[in-house]
Amino acid sequence: MRREAPKTITDYTPLFFPGLMLVVFFVVPFSTMIVVSFFKRDPAGFYTPDFVIDNYARFLSVFFGSVLGFSLMLAVMVAICCVAIAFPFTYLLSRCSRRVQTLWLVGLLSVLSLSEVIIGFAWSTLFSRTAGITNLFVAMGLMEGPVALLPSFWAVLTGMVYQALPYTILVLYPALVRLDPTLLEAARTLGASPLRAFFNVVTPALRNTIVATLIMVFVFALGSYLLPQILGRPQHWTLSVLITDQAIYQSNMPFAAAMAVFLVLISLALVGMTLLVGRKENAL
Amino acid sequence: MIALRRLYFALVALFLAAPLIVVAGVSINEKQELTFPPRGFSLSWYGQIFADPEWRLALIHSVTLAVCSAAIAVAIALPLAWFLWRRIAPWANIFQVLGLAPFILPPVITALGFLTFWATVGLFGQFFTAIISHAIFFVTLPLVTLSLGFASIDRSLVEAAATMGADDRTVLKTVVLPLILPYLVSGYAFAFVLSLNEYIVAYMTIGFTTETLPIKIFNALRYGYTPTMASVSIFFVAVAALVFGAIARFGDIRRLLGAMGSDGN
Repeated sequence: MRREAPKTITDYTPLFFPGLMLVVFFVVPFSTMIVVSFFKRDPAGFYTPDFVIDNYARFLSVFFGSVLGFSLMLAVMVAICCVAIAFPFTYLLSRCSRRVQTLWLVGLLSVLSLSEVIIGFAWSTLFSRTAGITNLFVAMGLMEGPVALLPSFWAVLTGMVYQALPYTILVLYPALVRLDPTLLEAARTLGASPLRAFFNVVTPALRNTIVATLIMVFVFALGSYLLPQILGRPQHWTLSVLITDQAIYQSNMPFAAAMAVFLVLISLALVGMTLLVGRKENAL
Repeated sequence: MIALRRLYFALVALFLAAPLIVVAGVSINEKQELTFPPRGFSLSWYGQIFADPEWRLALIHSVTLAVCSAAIAVAIALPLAWFLWRRIAPWANIFQVLGLAPFILPPVITALGFLTFWATVGLFGQFFTAIISHAIFFVTLPLVTLSLGFASIDRSLVEAAATMGADDRTVLKTVVLPLILPYLVSGYAFAFVLSLNEYIVAYMTIGFTTETLPIKIFNALRYGYTPTMASVSIFFVAVAALVFGAIARFGDIRRLLGAMGSDGN
């Protein structure tokens, strides 16, 4: 059946339910949030309708600046660590047999679907004094006695890399598995070692994919809202944690909404950049 | 080179498995304590998930939420994906973007959007609001799998059916639906597993009135420790592994994750 342009109103009926649901329950809530970001806080309830820009003016404080700076720095570090680990891994995985690939993909999806609560709990156990990894070091004679490795910056970073690594691998997977094998064969025939072929042929060929993945993982890491709370100290809180905190515990919904709008703008700008990078790659 | 690859795979596997191994160890402790290696052996903490009224209630909430929201997500995605495949209507792509957006944006934003929305319309805290919120939040997954499924249909098959006199409805029922059924099932399964694990949207919509399992784990984490948290975590990993294992067994998980172009090559 050829694709046809819809002619009558009845041809549009399949769109009715999805369109209605997405508009009422996504577009409207999203717009509500933007509107609320201009409202005034009502300590007794949620908010009072108004038009103020105080919520946005608060961005100019030193406190907000440092939280934003820390969030961006953390997300950049997570993105770099994840791509550095995942790129060679995914490349090697794409050269494996179908069976091995399927097995890994099932495992990666299982870890990826894990609740942030569970990841936080698991790492807080692994880094704890009583059940943690330091007990293993003590048993091996490397340490005197077990210590707690959290709360700390490194605990937050490790947890977030753990959370984002399966995502990174799955984002890289299609590009690497579809990579033209003749590219590598040519390099090998011309006498390049496997390592040299990987660094001098595969990596440059997928430069744009790597950049796009870095940005995707960066946005993903910006969204982490629980791990900094569970594994870090208050100074390790990120923008996402702050939004949750303001909305739920300080019941300052307008300020939370303003920060969320700000986070949307950052994310959208970055997603837009990935699309541009992707387009360039297709044009080549 | 092969030895190097093995070593690298082993290191990544160790990193991914280490926290789960510790949690699994903790979950079989005999007494209520957080120690690893575990002291004694007991599976009673797994029994607690179903025996303890609070955990059982949280489990029932989570499963109800996941079953219903995944069904609504599929109900939204199926007609949309079918329309986009069947018709040439470029402006309808806006709905596809709307379907993908909640998943790409940081989850806190979607969650806060729902919080402000339900608070404004005065339904804040009702259980069904979480079902609808999750359905919208996870509609991306069935939408992606179904779009892949429709793209993989050989259009000449459909044309043959139409030539032989089948109308749109018959073609849909006898040719299209059977062909995309695996994609429909995997889309549902993805949404189900992720809804089961989801915390922030559930917390911001019904967190004050109802506990789902992730909310219960987080609350337990703040107010003291019980090995049931560990056993629930392992239970969740097992459910996810089972579901994705089944998708891999009965479908092509490599294709779902983009191993092949949309034309199947």
